[in-house]
Amino acid sequence: MFAFVVRRIAQAVFVMLVIGLIGFSIKQQIGDPVRDIVGVSVSVAEREALREQLGLNDPFLVQYGRFLKNALHGDLGHSFFFKKPCLDVILAKAPATIELVLVSSLMIVILSIPVGMYAAIYPRRWLSRIIMGMSIVGVSIPVFLTAILLIYLFSIQLNWLPSYGRGETVALWGWNSGFFTLDGLKHLILPSVALSSIMLPLFIRLIRSEMMEVLETEYVKFAWAKGLHRWRIWLLHAFKNTLLPVITVGGVQLGILIAFTILTETVFQWQGMGFMFLEAVERSDTSLLVAYIVFVGALFVVVNTVVDVIYGLVNPTVRITGRS
Amino acid sequence: MKHLLEVKDLEVTFALRFGNLTAINGISFTLNRGERLGLVGESGAGKSVTGFAVINLISKPGYISGGSILFDGQDLTILPYDQMRDIRGNRISMIFQDPMMTLNPVLTIGTQMVETLQAHRNISRKAAERIALDKLRKVQIPSPEKRLKQYPHEFSGGMRQRIVIAIALLSDPALIIADEPTTALDVTIQAEIMELLLELCESEDMGLILITHDLGVVSQVTENIAVMYAGKIVETGPTADIIQDPAHPYTQGLIRALPGSLQAGTRLNQIPGMMPTLTDIPSGCAFHPRCPFRNAVCEQLPPELIQLAGTRRTVACHRVAAEMGRPVSGDLNPFTGTLSGESNG
Amino acid sequence: MKHKWRRFQQSYVWYSFKRDPVAVASFSVLFFLIVIALLAPVIAPYNPYDMSVIDIMDAELPPSWMEEGSRDFIFGTDIQGRDLLSTMLYGMRLSVFIGCGAVLLQAFIGIVIGLISGYAGGKTDAILMRIADVQLSFSTLMVAIVISAIFQVAFGVGQYEQMAVPLLIIIIGVAEWPQYARTVRASVLGEKKKEYVEAARVIGLSPGRIMVGHILPNAISPVLVISTIQVANAVMSEAALSFMGLGMPVTKPSLGSLINSGFEYIFSGSWWITLFPGVLLVVFVLVINLLGDWLRDVMNPKLYKG
Repeated sequence: MFAFVVRRIAQAVFVMLVIGLIGFSIKQQIGDPVRDIVGVSVSVAEREALREQLGLNDPFLVQYGRFLKNALHGDLGHSFFFKKPCLDVILAKAPATIELVLVSSLMIVILSIPVGMYAAIYPRRWLSRIIMGMSIVGVSIPVFLTAILLIYLFSIQLNWLPSYGRGETVALWGWNSGFFTLDGLKHLILPSVALSSIMLPLFIRLIRSEMMEVLETEYVKFAWAKGLHRWRIWLLHAFKNTLLPVITVGGVQLGILIAFTILTETVFQWQGMGFMFLEAVERSDTSLLVAYIVFVGALFVVVNTVVDVIYGLVNPTVRITGRS
Repeated sequence: MKHLLEVKDLEVTFALRFGNLTAINGISFTLNRGERLGLVGESGAGKSVTGFAVINLISKPGYISGGSILFDGQDLTILPYDQMRDIRGNRISMIFQDPMMTLNPVLTIGTQMVETLQAHRNISRKAAERIALDKLRKVQIPSPEKRLKQYPHEFSGGMRQRIVIAIALLSDPALIIADEPTTALDVTIQAEIMELLLELCESEDMGLILITHDLGVVSQVTENIAVMYAGKIVETGPTADIIQDPAHPYTQGLIRALPGSLQAGTRLNQIPGMMPTLTDIPSGCAFHPRCPFRNAVCEQLPPELIQLAGTRRTVACHRVAAEMGRPVSGDLNPFTGTLSGESNG
Repeated sequence: MKHKWRRFQQSYVWYSFKRDPVAVASFSVLFFLIVIALLAPVIAPYNPYDMSVIDIMDAELPPSWMEEGSRDFIFGTDIQGRDLLSTMLYGMRLSVFIGCGAVLLQAFIGIVIGLISGYAGGKTDAILMRIADVQLSFSTLMVAIVISAIFQVAFGVGQYEQMAVPLLIIIIGVAEWPQYARTVRASVLGEKKKEYVEAARVIGLSPGRIMVGHILPNAISPVLVISTIQVANAVMSEAALSFMGLGMPVTKPSLGSLINSGFEYIFSGSWWITLFPGVLLVVFVLVINLLGDWLRDVMNPKLYKG
């Protein structure tokens, strides 16, 4: 087990280095650090001086090394638009995105497991068929369309829920949270529903198909032959085996979820990292762009590594033999 | 004397999209406490389905469509779910073929054993573990205390099957149904496991239904045999008698096909043709297309199981019936050339 | 050719297709949509790219069956005065084109890499699949977004929009190859053990010949199955990119760009600009998904869902 964890961490570090390299190369090609610092209305001579001072004429690898060192110290560059260090901008916006992702993930997990299990155990009941039918429709509706439809229905027509922004937030040690005010919570509802709308059907289908396969196995049959309670068979024998492939897929889906936050935040004007990213593209704020890529990349790698380790803990074959 | 298990005219049907198929077409047999019965036949004959039918665990879309299964006087086919659950794993245990697939890979042996006990009676985990350890010792697994915390993949195939047998023994059942218990194991391990089963049945006074296609295994362990073909029983009787002197042409073919009875260098004896699939069962006697003794009547009339005079054996074959002087059809007996009513001297 | 058609007609696929109402309905709808999309220049009432025909005074007219609607514009007009129906048809044409183009590209890259990875094995395989796994873990949509963002900043918005169609095909194609690669590699690993590969090697055929000529034809059926779903994904990805402004521009809009441009005006009441392209997009993707599901069930002998 220990060897497994060490190997995964080593791989994670390697991937991070590659991401750093890609980010850095982008910055080299398109970015203009001088402009980031002094803006556009500066003479050519002063720019040249500044370039020399910043070490921008040094060889590639030297600059790459400097980039990595800075990154490890938390310096991801300077945002041309916000006139602040990129990391500060990102960290200010991160809570919004994280809270959104958290609420959506919770919704997905809480809903998909019982629904998926039900559809697997009773596949021919009409409720199961309706669920599967709706899930295929759900997968075909793009997330931004769902968001727009939700806004149209609940904000414009019914006027029950707000249609943009985060509402009132409470600042807790630098973390602006929307969880603690009724207004903040109300603002969270539509965006998180929209965000979960594509992942939910995916997970329901996944859990259902995995569970159906598990229910046909010999060991489940043996469990029936032993005369165990049906709930124990479904929840322990079947579900624990269903969990394993779901965890694997779930880890990958996180990447899709983060990609979708960019779309969702755009529709709801949600001041999170995704919205910031698109604005940075519009403004050609390369440093911020690259900082986002590196930051989100690091987030992915960390989460995927954690998911892998959790999988290793849950799956006894990995835990004991040390390989998957 | 009341039998432990009495199966009468059991019928199992599969409701498929394009029609109903009869997998088991009226079979009957009995088993007493401590008795060991072998249910023999090729794949597809319906033996496994019979085993599942006894504990009412036939995979959908199969279901019991007729007959009765009396266990200690109770008819299992009409028993409500909770009472049936009470019997499974408790009074009747079942062992499956491949122990790697039978044990849940993500649960420890201990969990899988303790839960079997706790599902049927109010017992603490510690007490359940004590019983589990006792059974593990009975199946000759070394250092059982360590085993409880281990997972199935940490054991070899033979050990796993022993664990499965231990699980089957947990509640001291009256009957064990073993469905091809050694087919997935190495030949050397097979003998050990069968020997173990034999000992346990004798020492615990358990009934055993051994479902297998392997006549060698059957002759080692069982006292009686029932031979199945295409969903019907075609011959029954004491094991030794049947192996020595099979009456039904199919059984004869099976015995002759055993390589042990041949001299080195001669060709293996095969029964020509294949067992029919459920959708293609021939008319009359299901075996007739492959039978060297077939006659016109075999194509038309399914034979009944009749008792061979003076023995505890039964056979379903027109030719055998004819040889015993029973009327077959019409006046002239096609097998012996005698008129019905006449005997053959 | 006729011989092959006859063989197909007797095949299980056709039999199962005819008996499944969902499959038949989906296919019919899909066929209809593709035909009208491809024929857009011929059947659309207006040419939405022709600036001379468009009058800003026609902007934001509701569908013809509503109060202020006009019979000239059946589904109403968008914010620039373009007929919505025509723009939708042209937009779907773009989506079909980009979707198929991207899938062809990802299939090509994926098949090549999958064949090499599976056949060569060892370190090559390990490295290639690691790259595929990492790219997949970032989700292909994220990769597409990042690449298009970089391109847009690098080329500048104007030039990006001019090259939008081929760029989008490249972006989505490069983002999604891992799925094909893994599928093909899995098939290759299975086929590699079979005797005909051994035989071909013994004869002395080059690895390239073996991979393409012998293994590939046997590995093709899972590729077909995922291709339908990948087309749906590609169309959705393109719509998402266009919605964010990283795809087709408003001057040459795809369905995604239309939804985007209509979104702002939903608050002022012009709901049709978003709704109709939205419905069209959903129906299009839905029938592809339904067909893909059916295809996968039919080709998978293990699943008897009876």
